Amino acid sequence: MSATNTKSDTAQSHDNHGHHPSLAHHFVSLEQQHEANILGMWMFLVTEVLFFGGLFTAYTVYRLKFNTMFQEASNQLDITLGCLNTVVLILSSLTMAMAVRSAQIGKTKQILNYLGATAILGLMFLGVKYFEWKHDFEIHLVPKANFCWDYAKERRKEADHHEKDKPFVSKLIGKFVGHHEEHAPPSAAEIAKDHKNPESQQARIFFVLYFAMTGIHALHMIIGFGLIAAVAYWASRGTYGPEYYTPVEVLGLYWHFVDIVWIFLFPLLYLLGAHLGAGH
Amino acid sequence: MSAINLDRRVVGEAASTHEATPKPATNYLNHETTIASWLLTLDHKRIGLLYLVGISLMFVLGGAFAGLIRLELMTPKGDLLTGDVYNKSFTAHGVVMIFLFLIPSIPAVLGNFLLPIMIGTKDVAFPRLNLLSFYVYAAGGVFLALALLLGGVDTGWTFYTPLSSTYANGNVMVAALGVFVIGFSSILTGLNFVVTIHRMRAPGMTWFRMPLFVWAMYATSLIQILGTPVVAITIALVGFERFLGVGIFDPRLGGDPILFQHLFWFYSHPAVYIMILPSLGVASELVSTFSRKGVFGYHIIACSSIAIAIFGFVVWAHHMFTSGLSQYAAMVFSVLTFSVAIPSGIKVFSWLATMYKGSVSLASPMIFFFGFIGLFTIGGMTGLFLSTLGTDIHLHDTYFVVAHFHYIMVGGAIMGFMGGIHYWWPKITGRMYNETLAKISAALIFVGFNFTFFPQFFLGYMGMPRRYHEYPEELQVLNVLSTVGASVLAIGYLTPGIYLPFSFFFGKKAPKNPWGATTLEWTECESPPSPHNFDHNPPVYDHVYDYSTLNKEAAVVSH
Amino acid sequence: MSAHNSANVEAHAGHPHHEPASLVVYFSTFSALMILTILTIWAGMQDFGALNTPIALGIASFKAVLVVLFFMHVLHSSTLTKLTIFASMYFLGILMVFTLADYLSRGWTGQ
Repeated sequence: MSATNTKSDTAQSHDNHGHHPSLAHHFVSLEQQHEANILGMWMFLVTEVLFFGGLFTAYTVYRLKFNTMFQEASNQLDITLGCLNTVVLILSSLTMAMAVRSAQIGKTKQILNYLGATAILGLMFLGVKYFEWKHDFEIHLVPKANFCWDYAKERRKEADHHEKDKPFVSKLIGKFVGHHEEHAPPSAAEIAKDHKNPESQQARIFFVLYFAMTGIHALHMIIGFGLIAAVAYWASRGTYGPEYYTPVEVLGLYWHFVDIVWIFLFPLLYLLGAHLGAGH
Repeated sequence: MSAINLDRRVVGEAASTHEATPKPATNYLNHETTIASWLLTLDHKRIGLLYLVGISLMFVLGGAFAGLIRLELMTPKGDLLTGDVYNKSFTAHGVVMIFLFLIPSIPAVLGNFLLPIMIGTKDVAFPRLNLLSFYVYAAGGVFLALALLLGGVDTGWTFYTPLSSTYANGNVMVAALGVFVIGFSSILTGLNFVVTIHRMRAPGMTWFRMPLFVWAMYATSLIQILGTPVVAITIALVGFERFLGVGIFDPRLGGDPILFQHLFWFYSHPAVYIMILPSLGVASELVSTFSRKGVFGYHIIACSSIAIAIFGFVVWAHHMFTSGLSQYAAMVFSVLTFSVAIPSGIKVFSWLATMYKGSVSLASPMIFFFGFIGLFTIGGMTGLFLSTLGTDIHLHDTYFVVAHFHYIMVGGAIMGFMGGIHYWWPKITGRMYNETLAKISAALIFVGFNFTFFPQFFLGYMGMPRRYHEYPEELQVLNVLSTVGASVLAIGYLTPGIYLPFSFFFGKKAPKNPWGATTLEWTECESPPSPHNFDHNPPVYDHVYDYSTLNKEAAVVSH
Repeated sequence: MSAHNSANVEAHAGHPHHEPASLVVYFSTFSALMILTILTIWAGMQDFGALNTPIALGIASFKAVLVVLFFMHVLHSSTLTKLTIFASMYFLGILMVFTLADYLSRGWTGQ
């Protein structure tokens, strides 16, 4: 107890290493900092798994309760666009993985290129989503706003009948630029009547979950854009290289996770009723 | 100091043994003194103190609502509060006490202050996130305060649907948003601690050399990480339902209110362990230090903390036995609930065995520990009544349940918190408090607590339901007893609110290791610690609770 | 547990040395993901009855595993990372299985 102060100038071991500009004071080495940050991101992803997990649990419970109607409701979604988005998002995961790799091998310029590609693909994904949601709104599939199950089913049948013989490409283009044939929107009385129908109620729960899940997923992508912008800014200043690329890798983990969520959303939401066939 | 170190087997990097010239006592409290240096601090110790101020205020607020409730229940008629105000009072009491006081209490105050020191590092892994978590907590508190000021919420802290989603007033969403936000604060703290424990331990600090408090914090953090996101998404779904009227939990629209309860209790049952596990960790430290003996069954206590965290996730539906759960599921959850008693029992018996043939001293933290162990045991045992299916049908939603969980969450968690605050106060502030007053406070809390809540077991057994502001006249005697006890309890809690701050300014200077403890914060840190905790790499010995050298040291000092 | 301790020991060794994965790995992973996407769409068009969802989830899980192992580098990550992922799946499993234990047994009266 005699010595109350044992501070000495050389006692702090990290002084021996020479400071990397990106090494925070409370870490001993870049390796420790890297490991801590990566583990921190993984822990965050654990919370994300359980956050989405709550939604997936709700989905599973209602799916089991309303199996038939969930398939019918799922059949209203556009598989082509869902598939297109799947491809776009997986491609963005590839470019993100390449961005991390570029940092690891010290090709600073490439980091920016790949991050840019990832952001563009992400924007494409959200763009497609926008057209999907717009279409859902037009055919009265948005709960609270205008949900009317009978009306939506009719529109879908007509559209399928209309487009039966069109070639795939023009169908695809039509999804983005196609003019929507005007129909008299359902009256308030029709909507009220529709809402009393158990089939409509069950389909509506599907669409609530659909919008909740895809909406929260889209929100994660929007947050991802912010993160990409931040990492790109630091990358442009030459912060990252083989010695220090932790933020790029952390961002990569986040982006891949968002991709994985979509990998599950796609079959559960879009493909659930695919076997029923068009115009069912 | 160097002589002592030679006696010990130093496993990690050796401590710097050459003596430096004495320097002015710079510590984390006085090295910077501007207000900004406190409000924007990244120092885990200062953040712990910010939290201490926050939760203390919330404890007073929550306690005031408890006072209102007890005053109303003095008389059988609803004469002080109307039914509506009464509902809002117990909701406010529950929400404030659980989300703003109990959940952050030990982890965010003592955990923040001690965890990095105990494992021999300079700070938590993510100091900025640590500060962020405090402000997120404060923001959540603002939302809850707003909900109160707007007129209050009457759903109970559980926010059950369809009451919360369809019938309650709009403030419920303000309060729920507050809970949602506070959840992120809790997640950030837990995430920070888990990474810190995994990645920041000093050289030589292996898992089974960590103090048991750190093990308890680890288990707690796992629950915060795994459970909190589920309640967040649940609240979000209630929000969707409320604003969009879409019927996820509304049976009239095809939804299922029981699903809300499943999702809610998946977090909120483990949340009980977020509240109690840290106290169990504190208890292990107290019993060892004040018995001057290594903790009996160190390894199994460490593992039982993890076991409680894991078991805690498979028992949630015991809150739902009477709400239409399937009989089969009820049986499964009942059996699993009993299993939580095993790790809890292991801890209690290990503490008793630690005291056996130990050199037990009756310092004030130890008095709190004695209170803790008794109350926690009663609380745990009565939990078994409630996990028994048939008995629960009778006792569900009665004062028996209220008494049970207050024995755990007040008798267990807050007793542990008080014990911990008294134990580490000299380290945190560098000052000693008035020991006599502390003992009186501990005794008042113990006696007052038992008078408050023991009668409630009988009230519940006699059929008095919880959450009612009126009751039959024949129950008045026990209710008055409970209210009288509550006033004693209140005095017991307010006393430290006077002598602790007093000691902060006027108390006797605390020595480095006033209790003769063995963990790093006592053996290697000054009181109060320097800004970066250690001036050298702390040496780590092969057993954390090794009193042999301290005993020698004491012998040297006394000669 | 040894993995964490070694991380601490390595912490003194110096800077991170992570071998970047080869381009072949990334592009084959991507190709496999594309093929599996086509497969899952084809499978979705067929009616396997009760097996529809298990097949869809099986393919999705396989895709997720590919992303985790190769894009997220878990194949070469520490045991701790693998344990973390396992834990998240385990507790998500608890949430799902125990909730469904209630819903799927609602009709069982025990008489």
